[in-house]
Amino acid sequence: MTETKIEIEKSETQKSFSANKEKLQIPYAVLCELTHRCPLSCPYCSNPVELEMKSNEIDTQTWKKALSEAVKIGILQAHFSGGEPTSRKDLEELVQHASSIGLYTNLITSGVLINEERLKKLYDAGLDHVQVSFQDTDPENSNRIAGYKGHEKKLHTAKLIRKVGLPLTVNAVMHRQNLHNLESMIDMAVELDAERLEVAQVQYYGWALKNQTAFLPTREQLDNATEIVETARIRLKGILAIDYVVPDYYARRPKSCMGGWGRQFLNITPAGKVLPCHAAESLNFLNFDNIKDRSLSWIWEHSEAFNKFRGTSWMPEPCQSCDRKEIDWGGCRCQAFALTGNQNATDPTCELSPYRHVLDEPLANVGKEEIPDFIYRKIKVKRNIK
Amino acid sequence: MTTLLTLSEEHTPKLPRHAKLRYDEARKKWIINAPERVFELDDIAGKVMQLVNGESSIKEIIDGLVKKFEGAPREVIAKDVLAMLQPLAEKGFIIL
Repeated sequence: MTETKIEIEKSETQKSFSANKEKLQIPYAVLCELTHRCPLSCPYCSNPVELEMKSNEIDTQTWKKALSEAVKIGILQAHFSGGEPTSRKDLEELVQHASSIGLYTNLITSGVLINEERLKKLYDAGLDHVQVSFQDTDPENSNRIAGYKGHEKKLHTAKLIRKVGLPLTVNAVMHRQNLHNLESMIDMAVELDAERLEVAQVQYYGWALKNQTAFLPTREQLDNATEIVETARIRLKGILAIDYVVPDYYARRPKSCMGGWGRQFLNITPAGKVLPCHAAESLNFLNFDNIKDRSLSWIWEHSEAFNKFRGTSWMPEPCQSCDRKEIDWGGCRCQAFALTGNQNATDPTCELSPYRHVLDEPLANVGKEEIPDFIYRKIKVKRNIK
Repeated sequence: MTTLLTLSEEHTPKLPRHAKLRYDEARKKWIINAPERVFELDDIAGKVMQLVNGESSIKEIIDGLVKKFEGAPREVIAKDVLAMLQPLAEKGFIIL
């Protein structure tokens, strides 16, 4: 699966923030990673490097309990993801439950395991929206990147999604090895009658960090892509909405990761662990509470992991005195820890970070190095450490 | 699929299937849910959006509000309603 985020828009009269920004926020969305099982093995998968096996997955009743508790704490949207969420036979039942209690339901899928009958069942269960990932428009390259011959099936599924009447987002993860096909990706989204296209550049955590040289685009590729997106947005206004995520290595300031730690979003893993973001398990010093043991409400408010980087009091300088600290909320903790070994460090994507040089080396070599083979995502048997 | 439009009083707006209006108890606000987007409506926008049902024209919506808020001039309400709905239409939260 790929990264999810949520845009919050407010009508004009409500733009002023509350005076006390440290107070507990009401979360907007929960990402339900139903399983890590997936027929694809994309080398930029946003799942953790240590994947959960089927035997550790939480059951239908536990998911239903989690969804019911999500509504109680003010969550508005449930995103069903994975791995490949359609590998779970209870997906329809979970969508039906979420929908019946008022959640907006979104399915994030590769599209390779689903048929028309099941899509109809999901429609009847109240599914609001489907997002299908595409690895490229060139079938051969698409299959190579996914490590699976699924491109034709994905196209077929996208058409079935529209046929049964579900709204469609095309999710295109773009990088060094497919950016030359960005224009055809936009055309494909229009042909598939998608309402939205997400042009998501690879973000370098977990699997993608292992494959960084294979994916990091050149500055020229990136500028070219930005221009293509901007032109297409004007041409396709009212026909196709295009969301565009730029790789933050090329930015001057960090992104507001997840809209701030523990402010808008929570993630439930296949094993029931509740995380502030889908990559948070890479912060291996944190303890995560499990939905089997605690209520979502308790976890949102009291979990050590959620409080660790909530607000701004944990921030070092130059973040602490930065006028953007409540705009980017300190950027991405997973990235800072992975690249500097220091959990509190200023996100190295910030030009004010003392660690900015850790990005300069890969950026200086972009396009000069030969493209290495992919390290594909795969489940390895985990040792049980109690 | 939505097409680019400039709203007028003759139009009959509705929400597309992917956008859902509901009252949110936790925030005490009307909100529109859409793919990876939440639109939080203020009090007046919430009142207007509840009248957007795919059956009433914008003219009828305005007339309804004029009746509800006695004393406010129709032209002021009409201007506010169109100014509120137009950006929602451009973002695809409203179709005809």
